[in-house]
Amino acid sequence: MTTKTTGAQAVMKSLVAEQVDTIFGYPGGAIMPIYDALYDYEDTIKHILVRHEQGATHAAQGYARTSGKTGVVFATSGPGATNLITGLADAMIDSTPLVCITGQVDSKLLGTDAFQETDVVGISMPITKWNTQVTRVEDIPAAIAKAFYIAKSGRPGPVLIDITKDAQFGEMEFQYEKCTTIRSYRPKPKLNKTLLEEAAILINKAKKPYLLIGQGIMLSNAEQELLNFVEKSGIPVASTLLGLGAFPNHHPLYAGYLGMHGDYAANIKTNECDVLVAIGMRFDDRVTGDVSRYAKQAKVIHVDIDAAELNKIINADVGIHADAKEALTLLTELVHQKEHSTWLQEFRDLKKVEVETLQKSTDEAFNDEIKMDEVIKMLSEITNGEAVVVTDVGQHQMLTARYYEYNKTKSNITSGGLGTMGFALPAAIGAKFGAPKKTVIAIIGDGGFQMTLQELGTILQSEVNIKIVILNNRFLGMVRQWQQMFFEKRYSFTNMVSPNFIALAQAYSISAKKVEYREELKESLLKMLNHKGSFLLEVMVAKEENVFPMITTGASVSEVRLN
Amino acid sequence: MKKTYTVSVFTENSIGMMNRVTIIFTRRHLNIDSITASESEVPGVFRYTIVLRTTKAQIEKVIGQLEKVIDVIKAFVHEENDIVHQEIALYKIRTETLTNGDVEKVIRKHHARVLTVDSQFMVIEKTGHVEETQLLFEKLRPYGVLEFARSGRVAVTKPMKELSAYLEEI
Repeated sequence: MTTKTTGAQAVMKSLVAEQVDTIFGYPGGAIMPIYDALYDYEDTIKHILVRHEQGATHAAQGYARTSGKTGVVFATSGPGATNLITGLADAMIDSTPLVCITGQVDSKLLGTDAFQETDVVGISMPITKWNTQVTRVEDIPAAIAKAFYIAKSGRPGPVLIDITKDAQFGEMEFQYEKCTTIRSYRPKPKLNKTLLEEAAILINKAKKPYLLIGQGIMLSNAEQELLNFVEKSGIPVASTLLGLGAFPNHHPLYAGYLGMHGDYAANIKTNECDVLVAIGMRFDDRVTGDVSRYAKQAKVIHVDIDAAELNKIINADVGIHADAKEALTLLTELVHQKEHSTWLQEFRDLKKVEVETLQKSTDEAFNDEIKMDEVIKMLSEITNGEAVVVTDVGQHQMLTARYYEYNKTKSNITSGGLGTMGFALPAAIGAKFGAPKKTVIAIIGDGGFQMTLQELGTILQSEVNIKIVILNNRFLGMVRQWQQMFFEKRYSFTNMVSPNFIALAQAYSISAKKVEYREELKESLLKMLNHKGSFLLEVMVAKEENVFPMITTGASVSEVRLN
Repeated sequence: MKKTYTVSVFTENSIGMMNRVTIIFTRRHLNIDSITASESEVPGVFRYTIVLRTTKAQIEKVIGQLEKVIDVIKAFVHEENDIVHQEIALYKIRTETLTNGDVEKVIRKHHARVLTVDSQFMVIEKTGHVEETQLLFEKLRPYGVLEFARSGRVAVTKPMKELSAYLEEI
């Protein structure tokens, strides 16, 4: 006699078949059968009960980014599903693999405006890599198999499966087959050797070659191949925001962080190099500044696994549709062993100018007050650049990207493309579940923290150990900076009145401390890091610190400003 | 410079496919002039023919984005000279207007054909380019057109190689 499996049980069995060990979610009416089935998996699958479904998506993103696995989210229909939208959009633009499973009303009620019915498949279509609605129990395993395959392969992204309640209650004979191919989907490009040879010729002839890397390096696990390539070719490497960590920042060939608030040298040299090699990055507008004046002097080699990224923003002289790992392996064989010491010295000279200028201007402006960047520098030093650092969005995010010395891969978790305030706290929770042995530090502004602070409840209940640093400048700092620079200091609704964060943390049984003076900063950071369990450190920082360097809107990368 | 482009998209037959295809255009603020969709010569594979005016740079990016859609098998873009295209238009007019000899002349001149004649009305069919079906409409309008319906463009490419090769793979 074969025993029948319900749709809800089939969901759980399918997740087990995909080696899922952690789920972030929130129960509700339409997903109750699945939660009922989950109850029997308490020993094998960890379910983290978040406080809001948006938190579940960000936590799953954090988990995916540190573990390299696919993040899994459960949510109910209607508001549960719509609360996933921000996280899905964030994961989509930042190429993070997620499988989100939402409950849906009974299939007979679809389109009737039933209680908690919403067209989540329609809503999430533009912000998922793929989505589907399952109304028949027998379709559940195949849909889940397809979802995991799509989420993780090629350029990763979020996937949503909406399962009607009757499909969850229905019965079937369970059989699971992993998805390994879809005829309309070719995630793995064939390596074009001729193009790589063309690229190698350009690189070998180059006097001032320059390499830009993005998250694609980490997504294809090409960190070692990158290191081999860079050390052989002697090309200086700069990173996008999401690429930070893919190449050790203490390496002598590391040239810095790119973009609007990136390093002085890293930006300027983009418009001076003769060959620009971009791997696993997509020339975001925050990286390029004015595209019509971006690297016009250079031959551009662009390697990406997503064919649609080639020639999307910057026309490539050699566009290579390839997996970064495979391309780098072959490219390393093809390039000559070289050193570019004069070229490298130019980077170092500019770095010196940057450090001196910035130091001078901030010292003058904020003598006594703690500045955000000194907190970051100190944290980087104490943790040796080896912690997993999760940032929110804004000034603190840019300063962390600039001053935290990322030396470990998959250690930089932030909301890049979407710029989602409120990302860091839930993402840090997920990041810790994805990398339980690592120290996970969330660095958050006073504004962003208040967007998802309900997740302190998740920390309390799941007993996760994360360190939270709130850099409190009593402002929505980045917007304020723009108001200062471009809107005649008309600080329209950017001042922030915040609650007592220490009392708030304590209400959730999370140890906390407030730092107001420089003298107590280091010991407080150490206290936080050495504390067993989660800890919240609120650092009162200068109110009107600005982030420099800066490429203002419409300016070219070579016009990066130091003040 | 903006030009008219014809996009052919081959997709799986899944629910919501039309939406997945059109949101690519919506997001880029591109207005679709006409769209037709139906099963292709390969069972289960649908063919969309989309006509719009845009720039070459934009349409090439759109093709890239269309091909990223999981259930899209392949997308192509063609300029006007690369394709043979046609539309079909149906015109319903009162049967009694035929007693006026002019209507017959109009039908003849435009190589239209009469599909059906009822005691009350008749249906005329004209296939051709949009300008041609439009012209016939203008000519018939003085006699009273009760109903007018026009399909979107369907098109086949002049160099057939790439298309057929791709469909054979499926």
